[in-house]
Amino acid sequence: MSEAKPAEPVREEGLYGEPSANRILARIRSALRDVPNDERPEDVEVTRDYVDSHAVGDIVDLFVERVEDYRATVVRVGEQDAPAEIARVLAGHGVANLVVPPGFPDALLARYEGSRLSDDPPLTPAELDASDGVITLAAQGIALTGTIVLDADAGQGRRALSLVPDLHVCVVRSSQVAADVPVAVRALVPGRPTTFISGPSATSDIELDRVEGVHGPRTLVVVLISG
Amino acid sequence: MSRDEVNVVWLGSPTFPKAAHDALQDDQLRRNLKHATTTIRDKRLRAVAELDDWETLRLAGSQIKDRVMRHLDTYLLQLEASVTAAGGVVHWAEDAREAKQIVSDLVRAMGATEVVKIKSMATQEIGLNEELDDDGIEATETDLAELIVQLNHDRPSHILVPAIHRNRSEIRDIFRREMGKHGVPAPDDLTDEPRALAEAARVHLREKFLRAKVAISGANFACADTGTVGVVESEGNGRMCLTLPETLITVMGIEKVLPSFSDLEVFLQLLPRSSTAERMNPYTSLWTGVTPGDGPQEFHLILLDNGRTKTLADTAGRSALHCIRCSACLNVCPVYERTGGRSYGSVYPGPIGAVLTPQLVGIGTSDHADSLPFASTLCGACYDACPVRIDIPEMLVHLRAKVVDAHRGGLPKPEALAMKGARMVFGSPRRLAWAERLGAIGGRVAGIGGGRWLPGPAKKWTGARDVPVPARESFRAWWRKAGRR
Ligand code: SF4
Repeated sequence: MSEAKPAEPVREEGLYGEPSANRILARIRSALRDVPNDERPEDVEVTRDYVDSHAVGDIVDLFVERVEDYRATVVRVGEQDAPAEIARVLAGHGVANLVVPPGFPDALLARYEGSRLSDDPPLTPAELDASDGVITLAAQGIALTGTIVLDADAGQGRRALSLVPDLHVCVVRSSQVAADVPVAVRALVPGRPTTFISGPSATSDIELDRVEGVHGPRTLVVVLISG
Repeated sequence: MSRDEVNVVWLGSPTFPKAAHDALQDDQLRRNLKHATTTIRDKRLRAVAELDDWETLRLAGSQIKDRVMRHLDTYLLQLEASVTAAGGVVHWAEDAREAKQIVSDLVRAMGATEVVKIKSMATQEIGLNEELDDDGIEATETDLAELIVQLNHDRPSHILVPAIHRNRSEIRDIFRREMGKHGVPAPDDLTDEPRALAEAARVHLREKFLRAKVAISGANFACADTGTVGVVESEGNGRMCLTLPETLITVMGIEKVLPSFSDLEVFLQLLPRSSTAERMNPYTSLWTGVTPGDGPQEFHLILLDNGRTKTLADTAGRSALHCIRCSACLNVCPVYERTGGRSYGSVYPGPIGAVLTPQLVGIGTSDHADSLPFASTLCGACYDACPVRIDIPEMLVHLRAKVVDAHRGGLPKPEALAMKGARMVFGSPRRLAWAERLGAIGGRVAGIGGGRWLPGPAKKWTGARDVPVPARESFRAWWRKAGRR
């Protein structure tokens, strides 16, 4: 049997909660007496034989199918027709005042006739709550799971924007669709606040009956622009 | 044992056989549970079958967890450094009392008297709501099921669907009776339609979300290399808490750390399919420290030990810390399906509770926790279901031995006696024949449609188990006759 891991504090002085931290670390080290002193984390084998993607066939078609499985609406449109289609979606949901995040392309809203709420300066939660909906871009789509990924980059806005309004229209380009979760995770930028959205807010807490929309937007429309 | 340590188990809880016995009498509960577990179980099998590399993913998941546990000190220090670098503050809490104190101090420093909470096993484990209440701070659970449980002063019965023991009309009554006492009341004409109930919760909670200054959450993962913390949920109440308030306090068991951000590619596949049986849960939030202009501008991460280092020290019990709280093992467990979560008298019910709870509180310190490793048929279904391959049955046997050892010298435990009784009956052909005959007669005479007990010393053993309906004729009697033919 090898020696216990060294018990000397490795932690810098002056950090918050120091005595507890050192006591916990010391207890961990004594609990791990069976771990050889010279074992490095990478020495513990992790078999990564799992596949990068389970998607088969056309991943954009799969994305559409899977998003719809989550009872979200998907509208497929070419670049040319996007502004008209977006205006139609918004009108169809009775949107008269729309939250538009900084950096959202003006061209896509060229045909929308209602008023726009800019988030600069930031809207209050109450203002967001009083809006009719929000439109954002996305960082990625994930085909296999029907997920859209937002990371607060230009055109997506801070997290609250896609959360508080009751309608979320999300514009995804087909080139942004990743096949599956591992592919998507590898393309993320870790420091950014990131939200994976798979269908509208839902709960199954009451007798396992699925109900859409408890706190997040009750309606999710994905506008998928080809190209 | 100090008051703080018993929070993992509910104070004054009866031992499992006693609680289970009472729960078994509750037909409504059994119906609700049966429906829930069967539904989720079937759905999960379909979700899992979609991934042909499921076994490889499970293996990777369990190996990653193994790596974390063997080098937990290294990863926690790395996590602390990366969260701090991203503008968060890391606190370490040895036990429930220290964790509660840190939270309470932070909330009071904000001058807040109410906080919103995301469902979290860690905060339940430390009894946070009660502590905050003592300090004049009202903590509102925002997960729909947790809200139902909280409003009814009830206890959760499932990790994933805590109010699964309540049906829709019970929920309507709870909302009507209690909501008004804590904020926006339920509408007078509230029906028991799930849609209407969810709407009442939305209205009741929205007011609190829009006003809250402080939120408290748990964490499903925290990546050591980047300091990224993740919460997986369905309703959006998590996002509300993680996004709208000025301050976010996250309480996380030290075992939740992952080596790297890229490991999410494994766990974001394993967790949703095992838990809600979906390809992906509706919302997953990842955040790293604080982001100027987006979300809370103050972030505190509390790393909680509370018995975990004790669990880590037992090499045979250590892997209970791999648990990602998906609840798959509950839904496949024949014992859980019949007795429900509250019988386990712990924040952690079902098979995982039966191995985790006694380890967290320490074996030999509570009769109640000591009874939990016996709350199993050892059928192995939990191991097959577990996305991180925790060998719960093997650990149960290991812990049973430890419980027996801990009680050696004192009075024999009922379990030891009962096992002895069962062994005595099954161990001798003559006595088994006698017991079988008695059982058959007993079952018929009692007219309960099924023999539920074995006579004599085996009675204890059958006290918490149903024996199959006794045949009119014992196998031995039949064999004797058949052999003669
Ligand atoms: S023990 Fe395994 S199956 Fe049970 S809740 Fe934990 S991870 Fe899920």
